Amino acid sequence: MRTLAEKILAAYSGKENVKPGEFVNVKVDLVLSNDITAPLAIREFQRLGISKVFDSKKVIMVPDHFCPNKDIQSAEQAKLMREFAKEQGIIYFEVGRMGIEHVLLPEQGFVLPGQVIVGADSHTCTYGALGAFATGMGSTDIAVAMAIGEIWMKVPPTINFVYHGKLPKWVGGKDLILYTIGDIGVDGALYSVMEFGGEVIDELSMDGRFTMANMAVEAGAKAGMFKVDGKTEEYIKEHSRHRYSRRSEECYPPGNTGYSKIIEYDVSKIEPQVAFPHIPSNTKCVSQVGDIKLDQVVIGSCTNGRLDDLRVVAKLLKEKQIHPEIRCIILPGSQKVYLDALREGLIEIFIEAGAVVSTPTCGPCLGGHMGVLAAGERCLSTTNRNFVGRMGSPKSEVYLAGPAVAAVSAILGRIASPEELLDSRLS
Amino acid sequence: MKLRGKVHKFGSNVNTDVIIPARYLSISEPAELAKHCMEDIDPEFATKVESGDIIVATTNFGCGSSREHAPLAIKASGISCIIAQSFARIFFRNAINIGLPLLECAGSVAETEAGDILEVDLSTGEIKNISKNKTVMANPYPEFMMDIIDAGGLIEYTKHRLQSI
Ligand code: SF4
Repeated sequence: MRTLAEKILAAYSGKENVKPGEFVNVKVDLVLSNDITAPLAIREFQRLGISKVFDSKKVIMVPDHFCPNKDIQSAEQAKLMREFAKEQGIIYFEVGRMGIEHVLLPEQGFVLPGQVIVGADSHTCTYGALGAFATGMGSTDIAVAMAIGEIWMKVPPTINFVYHGKLPKWVGGKDLILYTIGDIGVDGALYSVMEFGGEVIDELSMDGRFTMANMAVEAGAKAGMFKVDGKTEEYIKEHSRHRYSRRSEECYPPGNTGYSKIIEYDVSKIEPQVAFPHIPSNTKCVSQVGDIKLDQVVIGSCTNGRLDDLRVVAKLLKEKQIHPEIRCIILPGSQKVYLDALREGLIEIFIEAGAVVSTPTCGPCLGGHMGVLAAGERCLSTTNRNFVGRMGSPKSEVYLAGPAVAAVSAILGRIASPEELLDSRLS
Repeated sequence: MKLRGKVHKFGSNVNTDVIIPARYLSISEPAELAKHCMEDIDPEFATKVESGDIIVATTNFGCGSSREHAPLAIKASGISCIIAQSFARIFFRNAINIGLPLLECAGSVAETEAGDILEVDLSTGEIKNISKNKTVMANPYPEFMMDIIDAGGLIEYTKHRLQSI
């Protein structure tokens, strides 16, 4: 029996079977890049001496990292990308229509189960939540994929992560993936696919699954994948712009036995997780963090910038005030998320609580703009990386957590558990 | 091909955020990027590195983002190759694609110290520590990857492939 990833890669390389370790040329359904990686990719594309991308409907560029343009240099990069997109007639989302790429693409219906998607961004693995084989690469790889519609890959082994039990209150997809990375380390799934399953995953919302798949790369994985179930199909039905039918059995649970390893967790008793500086695997349970005062809280990104995340935050911020010494910055992941949140009244709650609400952008997640940290400052963020200097000064500190911990920490001014807020509400 | 250079030693999980921080990602000129290479973990790196020098690190070198600016910055700083116990996946591809040699080698790392002189034979994978008079072998490249390296990177490799179709 073959794993989900092996089935897809076999189908896309025209082979009956593929084995982990084998090198294959794989056809791709979608090739993505952004305002940081596209300029390099375009330069390499031009070196190939090819004038047209392989299929203009399968190449997509999103200006999300330093856009809306943060300075003159980033404006030049964004311009280069925009002009190339126009000249080639590829899919392009302008500021005002865009979102963070990994929120945008599934939401706009570009991702289908069983597809192969490559992107010049490491968090391209997010689309595995929908049962696609999606992986990040560099600009040169993406240049070649844009030109010829295929790319070389080494078939990865698959590790199966199985989550048993019942998820405690305030524990979500972010906590599950931080807990897992804390257990296996930042190279615990190096070169492998992480496939997530178990009854907890069956219950998890699509937004929770996107969060988990998103951080597979933080464990060194090539992809993070989920099998297709009713929830996936419902999501596809609502969003897809292509007709989707069960054209193959590739993405459905076959009762796999092809895993290189199976790792099981009982999550009934786990707490919300916090990753301490300066590595995502440095996790602690929220009750164990001690007194960590904060200067800033960032809520958003391709990890936790979706509607479900904002709903959790709004539930906790409602009728509360952000701590006077905290800058709380909330970035809906896309224009659609922004509008949905507005219509549900979430944005009003955020603003009344004293948060900044920004147009979609990666901004502070990579220390770009909209919340860069000074030396000595501490930030708790719902993003995915906390390496030295990730959000600004190399002397700043970044703590990672899910939206519930982020919201409560913004109110209390220090890293705190949602339970604490509820206690104080009672007293 | 033989390389010879002085060692710059790093530990585990050297990530792309420290290799080239995002605040410089609106630049894509390799020589400009090189000025800021490693500056958040070794502020003097850019000034002390000499052409031909070699980076030696432990596990998971290059983890983090897909930014090709990272291997470009290292290559433009003059580093001739990187030896590590393991590399992050995307960094590995990127380095091979742009023609920066990487050698995966479990053995050599522990005893190698900053400032040691190494001699590396890329065709055989032999790593000779001249200062310590020790020789170890790196894992051989798979044949498929060797073809990309021989061609001089992925763009050249693809050009050949397109011509032969
Ligand atoms: S939100 Fe952060 S992690 Fe996600 S694509 Fe943007 S910079 Fe990368």
